[in-house]
Amino acid sequence: MAEEWKPKILGIVCNWCSYAGADLAGSARTQYPPDIRIVRLMCTGRVDPLFIMKAFSDGADGVLVSGCHFGDCHYLEGNYKAAKRMFLVKSLLKNIGLEDRRLRMTFVSASEGAKWAKVIEDVVKTIHELGPSPLTELRQ
Amino acid sequence: MVEKKTKKETSAKKETKKAAAAATSQAASPAASPAAPQKQAKVGVFICHCGTNIAGSIDIKAVQEYAATLPNVAHVDNYQYQCSTPGQKKIEDAIKEKGLTGIVVAACSPRLHEPTFRTATKEGGLNPFRFEMANIREQNAWVHMHDREGATSKAKDAVRIAVAKASLLQDLFPKAVKVEKTAMVVGAGVAGMQAALDLANAGIKTYLIEKSPTIGGRMSQLDKTFPTLDCSQCILTPKMVDVGRAPNINLMTYTEVDSVEGFIGNFDITLRKKARGVLTPKEAEAKGIVGGGCNGCGDCEGVCPVVQPNPFEMGMKPRKAIYIYHPQVVPLIYTIDFESCIKCGLCVTSCGDKKAIDLEMKDEFEKVKVGTAILAVGFDLFPIEKKEEWGYKKFDNVVTSLEFERLICASGPTGGHLVRPSDGVTPKKVAFVLCAGSRDNTGVGKPYCSRFCCMYSLKHAHQIIEKIPGVIPYIFYMDIRSFGKAYEEFYYRIQDEGAKFIRGRVSHILENPETKNLTVFADDTLLDRPVQIDFDMVVLAAAVQPSEDTNRTRKLFGVSCSMDGWLLEAHPKLNPCGTTTAGVFLAGVCQGPKDIPDTVASAEGAASAASIPIHKGEVELEPYFAQCMEEKCAGCGLCVNLCPYTALALVEKEGRKVMQVTEAKCKGCGTCGGFCPGGAIWMQHFATPQIMAQIDAFLLGGEQ
Repeated sequence: MAEEWKPKILGIVCNWCSYAGADLAGSARTQYPPDIRIVRLMCTGRVDPLFIMKAFSDGADGVLVSGCHFGDCHYLEGNYKAAKRMFLVKSLLKNIGLEDRRLRMTFVSASEGAKWAKVIEDVVKTIHELGPSPLTELRQ
Repeated sequence: MVEKKTKKETSAKKETKKAAAAATSQAASPAASPAAPQKQAKVGVFICHCGTNIAGSIDIKAVQEYAATLPNVAHVDNYQYQCSTPGQKKIEDAIKEKGLTGIVVAACSPRLHEPTFRTATKEGGLNPFRFEMANIREQNAWVHMHDREGATSKAKDAVRIAVAKASLLQDLFPKAVKVEKTAMVVGAGVAGMQAALDLANAGIKTYLIEKSPTIGGRMSQLDKTFPTLDCSQCILTPKMVDVGRAPNINLMTYTEVDSVEGFIGNFDITLRKKARGVLTPKEAEAKGIVGGGCNGCGDCEGVCPVVQPNPFEMGMKPRKAIYIYHPQVVPLIYTIDFESCIKCGLCVTSCGDKKAIDLEMKDEFEKVKVGTAILAVGFDLFPIEKKEEWGYKKFDNVVTSLEFERLICASGPTGGHLVRPSDGVTPKKVAFVLCAGSRDNTGVGKPYCSRFCCMYSLKHAHQIIEKIPGVIPYIFYMDIRSFGKAYEEFYYRIQDEGAKFIRGRVSHILENPETKNLTVFADDTLLDRPVQIDFDMVVLAAAVQPSEDTNRTRKLFGVSCSMDGWLLEAHPKLNPCGTTTAGVFLAGVCQGPKDIPDTVASAEGAASAASIPIHKGEVELEPYFAQCMEEKCAGCGLCVNLCPYTALALVEKEGRKVMQVTEAKCKGCGTCGGFCPGGAIWMQHFATPQIMAQIDAFLLGGEQ
């Protein structure tokens, strides 16, 4: 069972840095686990806490939000605002009894294809450690 | 429920002000509930093999069969190369035949071919924004090459997510904005000068901004240029004069970009004109000093008591506190270095009636409006003293290649006589150490190849053979990369001229403290034995790195950089001059190491690219604007403070406050939409219901 289980991880990434970084990982054929599904936004500033809560309530085992490095945001400061919101969402997750490590924010630039692959490996590893989301069981 | 209906009506009105033909789109108007699918959404799914790029890792047939089972999917197809003419034709025909309302192409990255397929969608008679891409190449087939099952399942999910969004996409209309018929070039080295001249010759008024007191950049420091051995000054100074004279170029030296606002077509750029302490004839005239201003006579320099090293001569020649870098500067206007000036006033007296000198001058700010901008901010040498084993700055007779250029240059500190810094004696045995800090994976140097060091070191070897009878140049190299036109031939020529080539990296250099001679230790990898040779002088072909100001400037213009700090092009092959910020282009070495021919070519490319929007006169902005759903807006104003572009404001409407968007200012980041507590902001093309549908499709769609 443990081997069979494939985690459901949602990646919400910005168009300019992390999505481009993920593309670069592809061009460089850097291999990483296929356990993440990407939703592309223009900026992580667009990430409404509701998106993350919705993902968890739909049964996501993990959510990755990835944007530009601080100071590099295509829209000046969207990533700062997103990062601040992540603290809020993390504390919310803790309050409802969900491990806050299931939510992660990273900063991957358009030139960091190798880093993107590392991030995904790391996120997948973390989620494997945590196991299926307790909310999935509740839903069933 | 009643309330909901009215919401629908008002916002639908707002949405469709331009969209007379967009009757169908109203179904997904802002107030539509997240779960409600668009009325009669008919999505066509096209899956691309991309040769074996995708088909090699993903079971296309399985994905297609799966796609056909998805809700709202009315058509499925696949093709070898979806982006080709027949591939695009399939999309156009399917739209016409099946009356599709949305298109999904599962292929490469939208960053590559979204524009292509949007055009195909449009050609088929659908609004181009009713297109959504599922990235199954860069973010799937190429990164899960040995996991066909995992990749196929991921591709199915990606298609499902894309179909969910495509079902809710709406007609959108790009906003056309006028383009200011003026351009800016930042940096006036050979790249910036060429770009500015091209723009000016194309009839575009161009601001050429240079942070140092003269134009010319790195190329003006060089003596000869490979492989033709043209004298650098001979080919560059006429260009510098042209730049100074061109009526369409507004040359601003000793000036920096202070801030950048706006967007393609309408950049508002604030320039900081650093206090130069000296008035140009024009400035003097404006101040009512008839016939005054600096004419470059140099009387001030003669009397100035402060002596400083001249950075143009790599510190090997003195300059005064009031200075020009060299006699050929453009513009020929003196500059005061206020950090070392003691304000004794001797220069003011010697200047006399010209009254050009103002010791109390302050930095001034000037605002200009430009349509497009080119960054040509060049490079610096890597501080090679960090490679301690080679002893630069410890041993007198270890110099960098740029110091060598000045020492061998007729206008340099020694009048072109190559001498040892320690004793002024002409060296008879000179070592050239290539890849000094380049191709270095130790973490100290740079991992990349600096590209032009091989060739200039060959040129250096030639120059000393030509100038110093009996001299023997030794070149320590890893590989000789003579890749350009007539470069390999030049390499053979230098071999024939008697230069010695040792294939091996120099491990370390020691100095004889008495004679100041140097012993170079290396490994001759061709003979497979260590070598130890004494030299009079060692020249380090130091790596290049982005110039000091690159990082600050790129952030002002919103340009990304690669891991090593070089500015990032929009696409390494197909858009090497563009950036991800529309209207901002790159020229020369700031994008990555280039020799002079490549630099000039890239400058001409950037100038051409930067002139296109200006000649068109109008650009279309992607319509990802925020919209306020007024019936939901509580007028709290939190979004107003979040917007980095001051695009949002609170206005009075029907007796209450609501937010209003200035579309021309909105860049569509969605930071407001991610925060609005009432969910009252509709981000076009990235609307909450659309994103929620994607999330639901991923997590719930597969099981149901």
